[in-house]
Amino acid sequence: MTSATITAHGGHHDHHEEHHDQFGTVQLGFWVYLMSDCVIFSGLFATYAVMSTAFAGGPTPHTIFDLPYVAVETALLLFSSITYGFAMIGAHKGNKGAAMGWLVITALFGLGFIGMEVHEFAKLIHEGAGPDRSGWLSSFFALVGTHGLHVTSGLVWMTVMLVQVARRGLTETNIRRLTCLSLFWHFLDVIWIGVFSLVYLMGVSA
Amino acid sequence: MDMAKMMPMMVGKLTMDSLPLHEPIVMGATAFMGLVGLGVVYAIHKTNFWVPLWRDWLTSVDHKKIGIMYIILSLVMLLRGFSDAIMMRTQQALAAGGAQGYLPPSHFDQVFTAHGVIMIFFMAMPFVIGLMNVVVPLQIGARDVAFPYLNSLSFWLTVSGAMLVNASLAIGEFARTGWLAYPPLSELAYSPGVGVDYYIWSLQISGIGTTLAGVNFIATILKMRAPGMDLMKMPVFTWTTLCTNMLIVAAFPILTVTLALLTLDRYLGFHFFTNDMGGNPMNYVNLIWMWGHPEVYILVIPVFGAFSEIVATFSGKPLFGYKSMVYATMGIAGASFLVWLHHFFTMGSGANVNAFFGITTMLISIPTGVKIFNWLFTMYKGRVRMTVPVMWTLGFMLTFVIGGMTGVMLALPGADFVLHNSLFLIAHFHNVIIGGVAFGCFAAMNYWFPKAFGFHLNEKLGKAAFWCWFVGFYIAFMPLYALGFMGATRRLQHYADLAWQPYFVVACAGAGLILLGIVFQITQLVVSIRDREQNRDLTGDPWNGRTLEWATSSPPPFYNFAKTPKVEELDAWLDMKKKGISPLPETFQPIHMPRNTWAGFVIGIITIPLGFALIWHIWWLAAVSFLGAIGCAIVHSFNEDRDYYVPAEEVAEIEGRAAIAKAA
Repeated sequence: MTSATITAHGGHHDHHEEHHDQFGTVQLGFWVYLMSDCVIFSGLFATYAVMSTAFAGGPTPHTIFDLPYVAVETALLLFSSITYGFAMIGAHKGNKGAAMGWLVITALFGLGFIGMEVHEFAKLIHEGAGPDRSGWLSSFFALVGTHGLHVTSGLVWMTVMLVQVARRGLTETNIRRLTCLSLFWHFLDVIWIGVFSLVYLMGVSA
Repeated sequence: MDMAKMMPMMVGKLTMDSLPLHEPIVMGATAFMGLVGLGVVYAIHKTNFWVPLWRDWLTSVDHKKIGIMYIILSLVMLLRGFSDAIMMRTQQALAAGGAQGYLPPSHFDQVFTAHGVIMIFFMAMPFVIGLMNVVVPLQIGARDVAFPYLNSLSFWLTVSGAMLVNASLAIGEFARTGWLAYPPLSELAYSPGVGVDYYIWSLQISGIGTTLAGVNFIATILKMRAPGMDLMKMPVFTWTTLCTNMLIVAAFPILTVTLALLTLDRYLGFHFFTNDMGGNPMNYVNLIWMWGHPEVYILVIPVFGAFSEIVATFSGKPLFGYKSMVYATMGIAGASFLVWLHHFFTMGSGANVNAFFGITTMLISIPTGVKIFNWLFTMYKGRVRMTVPVMWTLGFMLTFVIGGMTGVMLALPGADFVLHNSLFLIAHFHNVIIGGVAFGCFAAMNYWFPKAFGFHLNEKLGKAAFWCWFVGFYIAFMPLYALGFMGATRRLQHYADLAWQPYFVVACAGAGLILLGIVFQITQLVVSIRDREQNRDLTGDPWNGRTLEWATSSPPPFYNFAKTPKVEELDAWLDMKKKGISPLPETFQPIHMPRNTWAGFVIGIITIPLGFALIWHIWWLAAVSFLGAIGCAIVHSFNEDRDYYVPAEEVAEIEGRAAIAKAA
């Protein structure tokens, strides 16, 4: 994958003995950061589990979840992971147009996901099933909303990367950043699979 | 729109009543803070220090400078937190029977909350993270941390949190909830003021800085070690730093979540921890201690590392049981996540749950005992030099063992039902936090000071400070154990039983002795700086050290090592000295270094108005500063000119100067 760029980088500096593997350090650091983020979600999942029956006489998962709607939402996010993968393949081939094109498609999928989520939230609040209605709804909005905020910041990051790739091309720095964003984006997919299973599927089936 | 509607939009909940104009003690403290601030500004102006301040410090990404700034922050906040302590001790010495003392309950409650928050988050944390910054890259033979800009950002986020806590003194109020802000007391229904909001945002902002520091140090230690230094050849302080930062990355996000959920309750009417609508206050207590218990290990594990370095160096022997020390540290770090429930045995989880957590708690004393024995056996038959760091270490070993034993007492759920929330508990945790963390910080400061600044701290004053702290600690806290048995609970603004008063008076005298110790410490700093020319360390290795930080000059050049050392053995520098290997290269090479950046400082400082605006509901300012911080980060991401090469000639010149000084 990135071996070509790494070798080029290493070859450039290898007369200096203290050269460090910058790419590897950044990737390790980013993985560690992602794990810290994972702890944030674990706190939210645990809280959701604790509050999963704290309905306070209000709505329950059966009455407010619309599974087909969430299935479409889920499909959008999962497809965005595939298209991000195509963007990375393009990037490693040095094909700037393909990388940017697939990034735009990924961002559109992500926007669709966020749009659907905002719509779902607005509908729930309108129906009187807002986060202030019960402990369970508080934990639902916090967990799903935090995931949504992550996807939103991923979209901001993607926009910045589109500008940087457009201006500077697929430089070593940009490849490194795209790789980190890729980790981030796929991580959010994994979290969403947890949300979809634990919150929506188990909520409706319970 | 008329003025009456405009004002709340412009300034949120702020009014003239937010200023403490009717409280003389608070006004006095605010005025003092203001005067000190003005004095600093005047001094900077007088010495024309603005440009060097910006160029060499505020925008610096040099781990040594960031570490020093962390420690300065910590020492300043120590004074603030200690003022709170003295106020509590005098109040409790006075307010017995018919007397009410001088602090009304609303103020007293803020004082004990601020004391706990400041001492843990803004004194102990910055000190240990500062130590890691100064020492770890040197110990592993690196030029800087893995992510220097992130390091600067982490520091300035911590500063922002500390500034918000200090602002609460002058504008509004601080939380009256105790240092962990348990709900439902911390909910809007019972704490409608801004105190809890100050608490939330100062900890949220500094906590994010701490998490980022954790990421940074893990990457630094795993990826930037000098060639040859495999994991089992790392100095013990580096090992304890690694374990600590793994704890930070695993634990601090839980604090972030917990505070965020409380924020949602207070700001948007969620029901996580409220009494009604399905809220569950005990969930907060579980969450906060899932962070909080590892947190106390985050504080003490690094100082275990510092004590290990000090004991080995001043005994002139390799550390006894290096491997067992490493495994014990890992064991303590892992087990720290399995004991959180011992903080609330009385919650009513049932006998089996309490028994599980009681046993895991007692098990932690095993690896800790391993450490104590390792230090003792290192000193055994060594030629121990009784320097200031060694005295702090001995004081620690005695005090910490006593604190550990009272901890094992509290680990018995049955006993805990009697002692819970009593002054016995207060005595216990001060016994381990002062005897462990504070003594460790002072030992480390005396030990590494010559490395950081190039001159020694005054020994005589250092010893005087030690004795005042050591004796003062026992006089201040032993009475609290007794009071706990007599039924005195924590956080009492006033008590009826006059039989308690003599104990409180003695405790107050102990705090006075500690104050004298702090005065000696300040004098030690002033005198040592005054006499610095006589106390220069020109060797770079004043203690006959064993690890790589002593292989370079004091203070080290900004690039740390002219040549990256090659490590063959544990105690790499001692090994190099024995083999006669010079730390200098035969020919100097260009050195790859990160450039300074404004971004960490600016983004960190922008979070002060951000936090302030969120506390006071000034939404326009919150939006502007949030977008400003994000905008700065994005602008900075377009700057790719982040590193450069120091020319070989410049390295040669700097090293030549050090060699001339050494020869002279």
